Amino acid sequence: MSIATHDTPGAHSHDDHAHGGHHEIGFVRKYIFSTDHKVIGIQFLITTMLMLMVGGALALGVRWQLAFPWQWMPIAGDLEVFQQQGGIISPEFYTMLFTMHATVMIFLVIIPVLAGAFGNFLIPLQIGADDMAFPTLNMLSYWFMWPAIFCFGISFVIGGVTAGPAAGWTSYPVLSAIISAAPGSGPAQTFWLLAVTFVGVSSMMGSVNYMTTIINMRAPGMTLFRMPMTIWGMFITAILQAFALPVLTAAGFMVLFDRTMGTCFFVPAGLVVNNADPTIGGGQPLLWQHLFWFYSHPAVYIMLLPAMGMVSDILCTFARKPLFGYKPMVYSMSAIAGLGFIVWGHHMFTSGMNPALGMTFMVSTMMIALPSAVKTFNWIGTLWGGHLHFTTPMLNAIAFVSMFIVGGLSGIFMAAVPVDLYIHDTYFIVAHFHYVLFGATLFGVFGAIHFWFPKMFGRMMNDTVGKIHFVLTFIGFNGTFFTMHLLGVAGMPRRLADPYNYPYLEHLLPMNQFMTYSALLMGFAQFLLLGNFFYSMFWGPKCGRNPWHANGLEWDAPSPPPHGNFESIPIVYRGPYEYSSPETDKDYLPQTEYISPRPAPAPSTA
Amino acid sequence: MRKFWCLFFMFWPVLAIWLCWVSPANGWWFPSIAPWELGQQIDDLFYLLLIITTVVFIGTQFALGYVLWKGSDVKPGRAWFSHGSHNLEVIWTILPAIILLFISLYQMDVLARIRVMSKFPEQASRDPIAEVTARQFEWRIRYPAPGKKLLAQPQPDDLYTVNDLHVPVGQPVMIRLRSDDVQHSFGLPHLRLMQDAVPGLVIPVWFRSNAVGKFEIVCKELCGWGHYKMQGELTVELEEDYEAYLKALQEKMNDDGYPADAENAVAQSDEE
Repeated sequence: MSIATHDTPGAHSHDDHAHGGHHEIGFVRKYIFSTDHKVIGIQFLITTMLMLMVGGALALGVRWQLAFPWQWMPIAGDLEVFQQQGGIISPEFYTMLFTMHATVMIFLVIIPVLAGAFGNFLIPLQIGADDMAFPTLNMLSYWFMWPAIFCFGISFVIGGVTAGPAAGWTSYPVLSAIISAAPGSGPAQTFWLLAVTFVGVSSMMGSVNYMTTIINMRAPGMTLFRMPMTIWGMFITAILQAFALPVLTAAGFMVLFDRTMGTCFFVPAGLVVNNADPTIGGGQPLLWQHLFWFYSHPAVYIMLLPAMGMVSDILCTFARKPLFGYKPMVYSMSAIAGLGFIVWGHHMFTSGMNPALGMTFMVSTMMIALPSAVKTFNWIGTLWGGHLHFTTPMLNAIAFVSMFIVGGLSGIFMAAVPVDLYIHDTYFIVAHFHYVLFGATLFGVFGAIHFWFPKMFGRMMNDTVGKIHFVLTFIGFNGTFFTMHLLGVAGMPRRLADPYNYPYLEHLLPMNQFMTYSALLMGFAQFLLLGNFFYSMFWGPKCGRNPWHANGLEWDAPSPPPHGNFESIPIVYRGPYEYSSPETDKDYLPQTEYISPRPAPAPSTA
Repeated sequence: MRKFWCLFFMFWPVLAIWLCWVSPANGWWFPSIAPWELGQQIDDLFYLLLIITTVVFIGTQFALGYVLWKGSDVKPGRAWFSHGSHNLEVIWTILPAIILLFISLYQMDVLARIRVMSKFPEQASRDPIAEVTARQFEWRIRYPAPGKKLLAQPQPDDLYTVNDLHVPVGQPVMIRLRSDDVQHSFGLPHLRLMQDAVPGLVIPVWFRSNAVGKFEIVCKELCGWGHYKMQGELTVELEEDYEAYLKALQEKMNDDGYPADAENAVAQSDEE
């Protein structure tokens, strides 16, 4: 059933050769302040996996309040800091919980795990380079995550549990721009904005590096259209980041100035906030929404495209088939990126911007569903007629496709402005973006972790534990999030500490309790992933270079690849998806394998 | 075990559709029938999208299940060595493009009638019924005195209430929506309507209810720690009840605490 093969004696001698070329470096330079893209990638991966648990715990806090409002919190309720509020979740704390859940998951998990962890690890290996173009910059991009983690962390504890960043991850002014609007969260919100800036700097360093590396450092024969989809995903993501991120960084500084220096970029005149003196103002809160979503909508694709690429690789490998429609896949990814810049207004359909703009954004938003549809059809086409191997990475990749269909289709409801007038800011949208960001991206990431783990550590993860983790996560995920669509149709708004205040929502409590149990299941399942990951890192069975019989260049390097990756510069002869090719007896054909052309019949000399 | 995974991926879409099917009977659906034509049209558009997406959902999930089932057979030989099909790509690009374009154009009319000011009912836009000002964490409502028009500047005889908006039944009404502090959102889920209250802007919102009754006003934009309790009530009543309500409100506001006859008694004693 599994096509994983273990150690072949030949693989070791190659490893030793590769090590021989480099002089030894100390522990600190090798594992902590390393400039090796693989170490940096693994650092990013482990950091983001731990952050995933933090973000998940915050989400469980939110779920607790929705299922058992104003009841004593298990575990955390006993802590000293919660004693003043009787061990329950106060409305202030609830606001912080969902703000920080989104913040941690977006800025410290999904963006860095895709671009930081897999981007770093895979780009040089898959294009046949020995490292990134700028290794030191690469190291800095990881270490700039830590000031961000520190600032987010301190913003969470600085004022006690009732005073944290409380303006949502979207941080709409005036709530985020005037300190008196959210009493107590003064320094916390400021640290939050600083942290977003640090994450931005980290991403930008990565983005510059990825673009340069992919453009300049491809191995001989690795033309653009021979690159694996993962590399296309990372490349387009890097471009998106480079163009969108400066807007967010600038806007973040503007709010920071509004908070600390009395500027009025986003604050109009004459507001009486919480009985403070009227504002002098002259600013416009809608400006923030435009700037924020000009980054944050492309950011949705930053959080998706690399996963789309990785899933394409995994599906081909375990279907033993070439990718269905390689070029349409590349073009549709580019179309998503291009259209991604002109759809940001769909987050603002109810904001009071000009309705003519709303109509324009509606059409562009509908159109962005098209390349996503094309990609989905091509993934199904890839599986069509394949010889499927249901390994853990494959199951997660199939789940990606299955969940992405739901996330894509539910997006159409929001793109339609009149329907959005009803479902905007309800749980329908919470369901939608969790189907995209968790159902698609995170399942893609789970698949990628299991798929490239052998390359990272030279050992296999346990397949049975991987499958149990997958099944539990899948069931817990759908139990939690599919039901959210129905809550949304029933009109339950998001971000309410106690929705049952409203008589028309009272009957939704049992449904919310079911969702919380599902979320708990999903949360506990992640310990299986962590356990499997760290156990296999040291005690998993050893594997050879190419345990999955895959085609990519990374499988040509030793597992784990030494500093410098390849023994000799690989030469690329074909695209990455030539599985089951009639040119060879095996059912795979690595990109580096040279096949001598069949001798042409000798011309007759009559 | 291979077939198990196929069934696993085919089972959940069936469960999902079953859940949606039984939802209306369990109350996991629209809170009530929208009491006005545009609300009902929004519901119709929702159902149109629901039909289209359900067909696509069943189609794609079935296709996925089918290719998984076929591909899970252990058979000799190789997988199908195919790099794709140009014709299929053309078909599955153009067909969704037409459907998506149709959807977006089909929505325009309802959107224009709700949002474009020149398309508002004339009666409603000429005489706004009230000014609704959102602030942390309440809705302040300012009506003009009976028989007068609502002016942009507050007038001495304006009438004020908190969290309690009354409108006459069956008539298009327009409110002027403002915010005093942070951003809020004026949501009427039963009418399928929502409009953000943006600091610094005055945004006109019109609606009509053809049914009398009370509906919740929900704040739908995060506005601070008390966001969850920023709840108002929309009362739709008969024209004469509405006028009586305003009259009573006016009397209540002009009341200085003395009963009317007691005041007369004082005046009389002065004359003596």
